[in-house]
Parts: sequence; structure tokens; C-alpha cells
Amino acid sequence: MATPVRTPGGTPVRTPGGTPVRTPGRTPVRSPGHVAAHGHGGVGDSPPRPDGTLKVAGEFAYASDLWIDGMLWGATLRSPHPRARIVALDVGPALALPGVRAVLTHEDVPGSRFFGIDGTGDQPVLAIDQVRHEGEPIALVAADHPETARRALKRIAVGFEVLEPITDARAVIADPEGLRVQPLGGITRYQPVRVGDVDAARARAEVVVSGDFEVGIQDQAFLGPESGLAMPSEDGGLDLYVSTQWMHNDLKQIAPCLGLAEDEIHMTLAGVGGAFGGREDLSMQIHAGMLALHTGRPVKMSYNRHESFFGHVHRHPASMRYEYGATADGGLVYADVEIVLDGGAYTSSTLNVTGNAASLGVGPYEIPNIRIDAYGVYTNNPPCGAMRGFGAVQACFAYEAMMDKVAAACGLSPLEVRRRNAVSQGSRLATGQVIDAPAPLAEMLTRLEAIPMPPAADASDLRNLPGGVSQTTHGEGVVRGVGYGVGIKNICFSEGFDDLSTARVRLEVIGGEATALVHTAAAEVGQGLVTLEAQIARTELGVRRVTLAPADTTVGDAGSSSASRQSYMTGGAVKTACEAVRGVLLERAAARFGHHDLTLVGGTVVSREAGELASLEEVLGDAVIEETREYHHRPTQKMDPATGQGNSHTQLALCVHRAVVDVDTELGLVKVVEMAAVQDVGKILNRLSLEGQIHGGSAQGLGLALMEEIVVSGGVVRNPSFTDYLIPTILDMPPMRLDILENPDPAAPYGLRGAGEPPTLSSTPAIVAAIRDATGRALGRVPVRPEHIVA
Amino acid sequence: MRVNVIVNGATRTVDDVWEGESLLYVLRERMGLPGSKNACEQGECGSCTVYLDGVPVCSCLVAAGQAEGRDVRTVEGLAPDRDGLDPVQRAFLEAGAVQCGFCTPGLIVQSHDLLERVPEPSDAEIREALAGNLCRCTGYEKILDAVRLAARRKAGAE
Repeated sequence: MATPVRTPGGTPVRTPGGTPVRTPGRTPVRSPGHVAAHGHGGVGDSPPRPDGTLKVAGEFAYASDLWIDGMLWGATLRSPHPRARIVALDVGPALALPGVRAVLTHEDVPGSRFFGIDGTGDQPVLAIDQVRHEGEPIALVAADHPETARRALKRIAVGFEVLEPITDARAVIADPEGLRVQPLGGITRYQPVRVGDVDAARARAEVVVSGDFEVGIQDQAFLGPESGLAMPSEDGGLDLYVSTQWMHNDLKQIAPCLGLAEDEIHMTLAGVGGAFGGREDLSMQIHAGMLALHTGRPVKMSYNRHESFFGHVHRHPASMRYEYGATADGGLVYADVEIVLDGGAYTSSTLNVTGNAASLGVGPYEIPNIRIDAYGVYTNNPPCGAMRGFGAVQACFAYEAMMDKVAAACGLSPLEVRRRNAVSQGSRLATGQVIDAPAPLAEMLTRLEAIPMPPAADASDLRNLPGGVSQTTHGEGVVRGVGYGVGIKNICFSEGFDDLSTARVRLEVIGGEATALVHTAAAEVGQGLVTLEAQIARTELGVRRVTLAPADTTVGDAGSSSASRQSYMTGGAVKTACEAVRGVLLERAAARFGHHDLTLVGGTVVSREAGELASLEEVLGDAVIEETREYHHRPTQKMDPATGQGNSHTQLALCVHRAVVDVDTELGLVKVVEMAAVQDVGKILNRLSLEGQIHGGSAQGLGLALMEEIVVSGGVVRNPSFTDYLIPTILDMPPMRLDILENPDPAAPYGLRGAGEPPTLSSTPAIVAAIRDATGRALGRVPVRPEHIVA
Repeated sequence: MRVNVIVNGATRTVDDVWEGESLLYVLRERMGLPGSKNACEQGECGSCTVYLDGVPVCSCLVAAGQAEGRDVRTVEGLAPDRDGLDPVQRAFLEAGAVQCGFCTPGLIVQSHDLLERVPEPSDAEIREALAGNLCRCTGYEKILDAVRLAARRKAGAE
């Protein structure tokens, strides 16, 4: 049973959210509880977030807030070198420090010493005789105080034989056997795409344009650091509270490494402070588990910002070469493309990132002849994996620049060349997959064009000018530019992956009112999934009272909060489970009233013939109806390894952006004046949440366009802090105008189309195009820096 | 060392504080007030913003000993009562300014301070006041909406 828990200061602390979680052992304070979502608001409405009151009050239990009496603090020793042999390792001096309870190395890993997402399993839990990237974990400490743990790290004596790091991804492609970071070889995945005959088409092209493009390493920069609490349970297992995107996939990796069965580990989602892909890979989960099992005590780990830059994978940097041929009037004839993605030292999501870049490498345009060679490679650079829009973001920057080059060469407007080549329903992607749902790109571009332009900047207020209150210009040298971007993103997992979701819905009368309890393992990472789950329950069951159980592993897999998929998949699962509950309810009503033509309207059971029969509460009585359902999207296919052909994607989503910028052409400073976006979401489930996704995605695209890059030199990160790695502030982000379309996808629940990622794609190229428009510079690299503009 | 701080109106005494601990650490780990957040712990993100003697500060940059005998007000202390919310908190919730919410406590304290000083701020003034608070989820549009809404509500109530 739960022990009374107190804070270090001696004051009792309540468990936020009301009902404590039931776990096999004790429950930490500040752990996630049931969240009441009582009130109005079905699908299509914008009710407030059920967890929002806790969040604005400072009472929401994030992973870094977890606390339990007697817990230790864990810390991680990381490699300062991107590539080295470990020739000596002495933990003795660290263990001797008072307050230190454990120091562990790879020899202490209870089970498998390797893990990795997507079944790759190539990443050591702790380094074994060598390190392959800066920041690779080498040893762990548990101590009474976090500062004691940090001091102990400095006492661990590691002897390194430093080796020359492999850092040039293109060199690895040229010599994959010689430049091996991994025993597998230097290339993680090579995925070609072949359509038609590019060489023959080249001879026919009237216009040929080409360009080299680079995308720097972007960081997810979620604000809630990697954190969690591991507690040994009374039955020899482990209770694990972590912030993650996909608990069941974590569990598959954690359990073998800890030498436990999956059912011996009980995972609960602690509050997640943003994710954006950066929590798909494990961070502290296995490490905290090791320390907890070793010491027999609860262990909390929480990275600081510096460590966070090494504690998760980043967006793949890309080096891309594009050549397009077109007719004189702007019709695309061929595309010849090479995309190189540097995945760093371990596989992570590189296989799928490469697949996305290949399959979406030329964007939402019809091109009869295509040759794409996409590579993901291993280097000793920082490991890269999932970040919002992965694979598609990098390619989008390049293919949109190419569309502008074609437009310029043919004397067309940027919008006209895009409309002229735009896909629509029935078009084939580069993979041969036919788009079988609405894809009204030409209409979206026309609507974008119709959005009014912002007025000229009022130069009398210096805050309106590039550089802002730094007062670097009074308007002289400032030039306005306008640019456009189009992006296409696959929604849900692709290439044959059955990323199902599970929901358990329970309906009963509590306190005289019908109440739905919704339980899933889906990760609420900020996107508003908990709001949507409650909306769906209200719409499908006619209730007002909905309670959301904490996400944990006592219910089936929900898949990842990635790939813009949770509205589709967990939304689909909750909807399906609600329908099952409703079916049982109506059967009960049919048995009782003798009518078999029943429907549920609001909270009332209605017979077509006899009219209103009874309320939900009357039909339910003391009964509890509980149903669990799995939801699957339609099957997809792997890309053909030689031609890239195949129906690899579940759903496709489009977003288009217009950016207006003012550029100080003397100092190279950029102010984004306004962004406008048109996105087709199929069905607006919650306009407030949706707009937040489009705004937030656009902001991350702005960051990639103008400021965000993990700068790496010789495999070493130069800027692992928010002082040196800049993300957009409220001064950087302009006002936005949105035009949201609802052309439903008949295959998806409510006709919805995943919405979180597409705006991250198209905002970046729109901003860079606007800077090109203002400056005439080629700008083949993001982020664009002042020296690129004034050089 | 022992530290005495007036936190949200009540005098709190904590013992065994290591001299290197920040006010943020003491609030979060020793007083059971984790509302102030630990996003960067280097004064860049504003998520740990609290009032110190009525002035918003990054509590991660204040040594615990510097707070001795002083008045601290955190996001947990803004609401008028246990179940209520300050108008700024309510506006953030209703305007959709909260996604993951990790930046929210700091932004709410900073916005609260702005509206105390400037009851009807222009957009430029809102942007300037909140320029030290990073948000990674919202793109700030709904945060602007929230501050405008809170300002209108407070003006209406006065």
C-alpha cells in the first residue's frame, strides 16, 4: 500500500489530479492522476484542455517534478570525444565519495547490453570499450543529492585513446567499407526511386536548373528535460514514470536490457514537456532502471539543458543535389535528385527518415521521369533520428527552391509554376502510389494568393524593423520580399508498419450521471490528444462527464505520438471503443424496451418508431459497460529496394505557406513580417488545438530557416545551450493568417487528416524564398545566417 | 545552511540547503512547489520565473541564500484561493495558449507582471515583455491572444 509521502521540506503534498494512480508499489507524489474532463464540447468544438487547469496552476505533474521519499538522484557520465577507444575505466574514486550509492558501467547491465528503436538494437546501454559520438553514455551514478552525483561523475577515471572521427557523410558514401562507424558498414539505408527514363527526358528538356542544398542539424528543443523516476516494486519488478512518446516501444527495449519480462515493468506516462520526435528514442529509461534495481531504491534522473542536447537525437542534417528539367512553359519533365542524410553514430530512425526523403523527395508535383538516390549514413556526428516532419522537411527545402528556379527560368510566378505541376486526387507520387483522397493543392495555392498582404512596416517604431530594439537600422537598406512554400507529409507510419492503437472505454453512472472513463497508453505531449479523446467520448456516447485515466502500460499499445498520427489512430481507437460500448448499451435498451430501432441521441436512447425511451442513466442503472478496441489503419507496402515503388503511405497531407519578410540588406538581418498558411485537415476536430499546431509547426520551420542549428566541428557540438542554440522568441514569430480546408479523407475517422507536421515543412522554404526575393541571393543552406545575405 | 523565505505569503524554513542550490531547486525539491519549471537552468528560457520582492526573476539564477528573508511569489501563489484561477491563468487556458505547458508558469508570471504595470498593453509591448520566455509549442499566437484576453477581462472587472 502507498506510504504517506512528504516533501523534503516536511509539508504534505497532494497528488495533483485527484485520484492516485494504482501501481503495484508506492506512488510518487506529483505523479499523473485521473483527469476530469467534465463539461461540453464534442468533435468539432474547442473545449479547454482537461489538463489545462493543472498546467496553468503549476500543478501538472511533469516527469521532472516526480518525487518520492528516499529517492536517489541519477547522473550520466558522457564521452567528451566523438570517437575513441576506452582503454581504462576506474569507478573506485567515485564510489568512495560520501553520498554516492552506486556507480555502474556496461558490465552492470543486467540483460542485453544493446537497444534501439525500430528493432535495430545497435546502441549500447553504456559504452563498451569505445565511444562513437560525443555525449555517448559511459557510466552512471546514483547519489543522495544531484550535486553529489555530478561531483562523482568527475571522479570516474576514464582512459581514452582518441581516434580521428568520421564526420563527412559524402565521404562515407564514397567508401562505406573503409569508413565504418558501425560493424554493418557506413550506409544505414540506400533507397533509390526510379520512374520513367531521366536520361532520355534530359535530352527533351527545354529548361534545366540545378542546385545544391544543405540543411543544418535542428534540435527539438522541447522545454521539459528528459526526466523520470524508476522505483523497484515489491514483486521484484520496476515501476517506471517517464516522459516519452511511445511507452510500449520503450518497454520492448527496456525489459531485455534490465533482464526483466515486459510484464514485470509497469510504465506510467509522466507529464511530457514537449516532444517533437526527440522522445522517440530512449534517454534515461534503462539507466534509471539499472540504478533502481541495483540500489533497491527509487531513482530520479533529470537532465539539464546541456545534457539534453546530448540526451536525444536531432533532425538529420542533409546535403542534397537537385537537377530539374522542364518545358519552356514550366511543365516538369524530369527530376534527378541525390539526398544524403547524416544519421550519426547509431541507426535510430534513419531507416524511416531515408524512406520519407526518398518517397517524398520531389514533393507534391507530377513529374514523369524521376531518379532519386537517398542515403542515410553512419558517422561520428551527433546521432539523428526523429523530429517533426522527418525526412520530408529536408527534401521540402530543396524541392521548393527548385520550383522557384524553374519559375524564374520560365518567367512564371512561383504560384503559377506550382499550380501547373500540382498533384491532385488521382495523381501518382514518385513511388507510384495514387493519391486516393482529396489533395487540392492548386486550389490551396489560389486561396493563399487571395489572402491580403500585410501593410508596409511602420518604420517610426523601430520594433517593426529587422534588428528590432537593437536599433540597427532606421529603415535604410530594408527590402521586402515574398516567398511561397508547399509541403507534403505522410501521416501515420509507412512502409508496411501496422502501428495500431488501443482504447478502453468504460461507461457507468457515477453520482447520478453517466460517466465515460477513457484509458489509452497514448502519449499526450502537448498536442491536445486528451482534449480530443474526451470530445470523441462526448460525441459518441452523449455524455458530459468524461474522465481520462493516466496513460500507462496496463492497457494495450497506442503507438507513438509521432507522424501526426494520434488523432487518426488513438482517435480512431477511442471512437471504435465508444461505438462498441454504445452497441452494448443499445442492446440492453432493446432487451428492456422491446424496440430494435434504437439510436443514442445526446444522452437519450431514441426509438425511430416510439421516440424517446430513456436516458443513458436509466438504461445503465448499476451496470458497467467496458469495451477495449484496437484500431488499425489500412495496410501499406514497403518501397521496392531497387525502384522505390509501392503504396508505402497511409495518408498524405498538404500545407502551403506564404512568408513576407523585411531584410536589412546591409546587416543581413531578417524580420519575418507575416506568415499565411492554407492547410487541408479533412475535418476540424478542435479548431483551437489545430491552429496551435499550425502556429507551432510554422514557428519550428521559421527556426530552421533563420536560426536553429546544432553547430558541429570535428564531431563536437559547439553550442549545447539556449544561449547559443537559438529558438524563435515571441519577437521572432510574426502574426499568422490561416485558411483551413476540410476535404474529408473517407478512410480516416471523421474524415480527418493528420495536421501536426505539414506546417513545419512548408514554412521554412517560404521564408527562405522570401529572403531570396528581397536579396537576389541563392541561399542554398538553412539556417540562413547574416553572412549568407551580406557576403 | 538554513534558509527562511516568505513563499506565497507564508514563511517557510528549510534546513540542510547546500550553498550551491538555486532558489528554483529549493522551491521545487525542498518546498514541494514544482510549478516553477526547470527548462534550461541558465536564465535563457524564463520557465522558472517567480516574483522576488515583487520583481519577476529567473529563480534558477538566484542562489537560495540570496532569497533569505525575502518575499517570493510563484505561479502556485497567483490564484486568489485554492480552487480559483487568476484572470491571466484563466485566459491562458481559454485562449489555447497552453500546449505542453512547460513554459506556461513562467509566461503566466511574466504576463501577470506586465498587466500589473501596463493594464492595456499594445502587441509590441506584450512581445517585448515576453521576449525572455521561450515557448516551443504554440508559435506564440495564442499566448498573445491570452494576454489580450486577460487585459480585457481585468479592465472590465475594474
